[in-house]
Amino acid sequence: MNSPAHAPHTGDVAADPAPASVETAVLVIPSVHCAGCISRIERSLLQLTGVETARVNLSARQATVRWDPAVTTIDRLIAALEAEGFDARPLAEADPSVKLEADHGRQLLKALAVAGFAAGNVMLLSVSVWSGAEAATRDLLHWISALIALPAVVYAGRPFFGSAWHALTHRRLNMDVPISLAVILAAAMSLFETVTGGQHAYFDASVMLLFFLLSGRCLDHMMRRRARSAVTGLIGLKATSAIVVDDAGGHITTPISKISAGMQVLVPAGDRVATDGVIVEGHSDLDRSLITGEAVPEHVGPGSSIEAGTINISGPLTIEVTANGDDTVLAEIVSLMNAAEQGRARYVRLADRAARIYAPLVHIAALVTFLGWLWWSGDWHVSLLTAIAVLIITCPCALGLAVPAVHVVASGRLFGQGVLVKDGSALERLAEVDMVVFDKTGTLTTGKPNLVAMDPMSSDDLAIAAGLARLSSHPLAHAVDDALTARGIEPVKMEDVVEHPGYGMAAMHNGQTVRLGSPEWCRVSEDDAAQETPGSQLCLQLGSRPARKFTLEDALREDAAQAVAQLRRRGLRTVLLSGDLAPAVKQVARQVGIDEFHGRWKPQDKAAFIRSHQNTGRNILMVGDGLNDAPALGTAHVSMAPSNACDITGTAAGLVFLGSRLQVVPDAIATAAAARRLVRQNFAFAAAYNLVAVPIAVVGLASPLVAAIAMSASSLVVTANALRLQWRPIAATTNQMRNVNGRSKP
Amino acid sequence: MNIILVLIPVALLLGGIGLAAFLWALKSGQFEDLDGAAERILIEDDDAPDRTEGTD
Repeated sequence: MNSPAHAPHTGDVAADPAPASVETAVLVIPSVHCAGCISRIERSLLQLTGVETARVNLSARQATVRWDPAVTTIDRLIAALEAEGFDARPLAEADPSVKLEADHGRQLLKALAVAGFAAGNVMLLSVSVWSGAEAATRDLLHWISALIALPAVVYAGRPFFGSAWHALTHRRLNMDVPISLAVILAAAMSLFETVTGGQHAYFDASVMLLFFLLSGRCLDHMMRRRARSAVTGLIGLKATSAIVVDDAGGHITTPISKISAGMQVLVPAGDRVATDGVIVEGHSDLDRSLITGEAVPEHVGPGSSIEAGTINISGPLTIEVTANGDDTVLAEIVSLMNAAEQGRARYVRLADRAARIYAPLVHIAALVTFLGWLWWSGDWHVSLLTAIAVLIITCPCALGLAVPAVHVVASGRLFGQGVLVKDGSALERLAEVDMVVFDKTGTLTTGKPNLVAMDPMSSDDLAIAAGLARLSSHPLAHAVDDALTARGIEPVKMEDVVEHPGYGMAAMHNGQTVRLGSPEWCRVSEDDAAQETPGSQLCLQLGSRPARKFTLEDALREDAAQAVAQLRRRGLRTVLLSGDLAPAVKQVARQVGIDEFHGRWKPQDKAAFIRSHQNTGRNILMVGDGLNDAPALGTAHVSMAPSNACDITGTAAGLVFLGSRLQVVPDAIATAAAARRLVRQNFAFAAAYNLVAVPIAVVGLASPLVAAIAMSASSLVVTANALRLQWRPIAATTNQMRNVNGRSKP
Repeated sequence: MNIILVLIPVALLLGGIGLAAFLWALKSGQFEDLDGAAERILIEDDDAPDRTEGTD
């Protein structure tokens, strides 16, 4: 039945013998974390027929599977994993950024290895020179150093030279400009010294600089890769194919790109809707939470319009396509989000801001040194040597490590708490936040209904309700079933069960008709239904007796109120924006203690609210999960999303948190603030170092030995300072909060 | 002093072997999954000696 869906793949391999028809798929499995997970995943995949190999990569939280498309389908692989309790999604192979990132990381590591090799060996030779090698030996050692260092500089320096050249051609200055200049000049001058039999060669300095700086780059890259593999590339949201009903009534699975307006498409229960359309046939409940933020599924029937990205819960629907691809509501929201994110690209990172001040200062200092020496001694050779020594000693080695080292430690800490940081810039932005905007459904709440109240009922009645609820696929019924099971109610076995999609369940019990479903269907009087209470209702009707009501509400995350209270104590303004109905929003806002709230807002409204506040100088953290939050997440200064958020939202957010605790939001802000403090300390240290080192270099005392010691020492100090974050409590200023929290160990 | 003519090539050779080994490891994907290897040691092999119930 699945073969048509994979016709494009199987078509070209059909002629080959069987072994050739194997495809490789990468599945992203965010919840894999231990040896048990690895073996369960690999075993369940290998048990499937048609799977040749399956290998889990724990660091990347991915599984690479080789499978035969003629025997099985990727959907079956995913279903097998879901049966084991792992959410899996195929990684979009087409996403070139993923492969590009991996290649870049490998390049950096290779460059680091080469620089490390060269630095070690050149340093060995340099020590001999410093300990007093005589002229001929010294020249020989210099020549050997040159042979090692020059190719290493050319190879390992490429990441910096490329970036510096790019910046210069765009008339900007970044940290790579002084780095490249120092490395190239040091190598060139040392070569000149070697050729002319001079006394000082700085080969060790130039390769050591590269080594330290590349370490910083590798750390930075590692951090981004760790988070990215779990977050990006998950573009499974858009359904890639749909079942088209042809004129003869046959069903053809068709790629989404070939579907046009006017076609009729079948959406089975449980599937995500692939296109916008109008329902022609069938009744069902529609989960619109991703689009609108409404937690309660909506009953739909013929004539109702339906959007791509929503989930059809209970009954099969036939829809007539009205829009497809780029015209759908889904695509519109995505383009809104992309437009919003472009604004954020203008953010200048701390290191670059420092570079803008630092680079010109260094170059001016070197120039002044050169001119001063020329005027004083009249010897251009000595003047140039001294000026280059200034450049080498001020090369922002410590600065290059100052930021990435802190960010790697901070993001490692957050990773341990279940927060994935996509890049260092998100951390920097998080530290600047002064206002937090929450979404309701799925963010402050769990996004799942919970039984909160019910009319008085006998345990026999409850047993009947449980019996019916267990057989339904509707989320409200699931919630009732869970709640009743938790109370120890044994479900009764029902007969002649019929599910009426969009209405409820009907069955026979002891000769009378029993129903569990919507209030209208169970003939609850208009007056009763009109009492607008937040939450949704499910009714049980036994024969002709009046219906009994179960009231269900979207439950709050356990620590939502506490997390909001912590944020307020930090002096952050908190706001709740939701697409849900106003009474429901008001109630949640009151429960968690947020004063400012707005309901029934469209995605554009949320983004506009955030933009208008940011224009007045506020830095907003947006926490949201739904597709309707994606534009707001993209607009906000920085954004966080729970890991069960929809894919596009996860991609838009700068940070993604796992688990059900909202406490991670204030924790992450505290860690980011601590990281910012350490970065500033590191900058201050780098400045102090320069205040001491530059005068030494300017007066011409910066011999290669002094340069080597100064550079290594400053790099070590900066790295050690960054490591302090690992052992510190979350932040000194949050000590009181931790006591309130009550979770911290005595 | 002539000893350095021997020692320097030896040092370079040893360093070069280290570098080559690292690049080989990188190329053969040994740095792709740093956490997995540590956990995998805990997984029982499928071809481990058959342990029938009760003998353990």
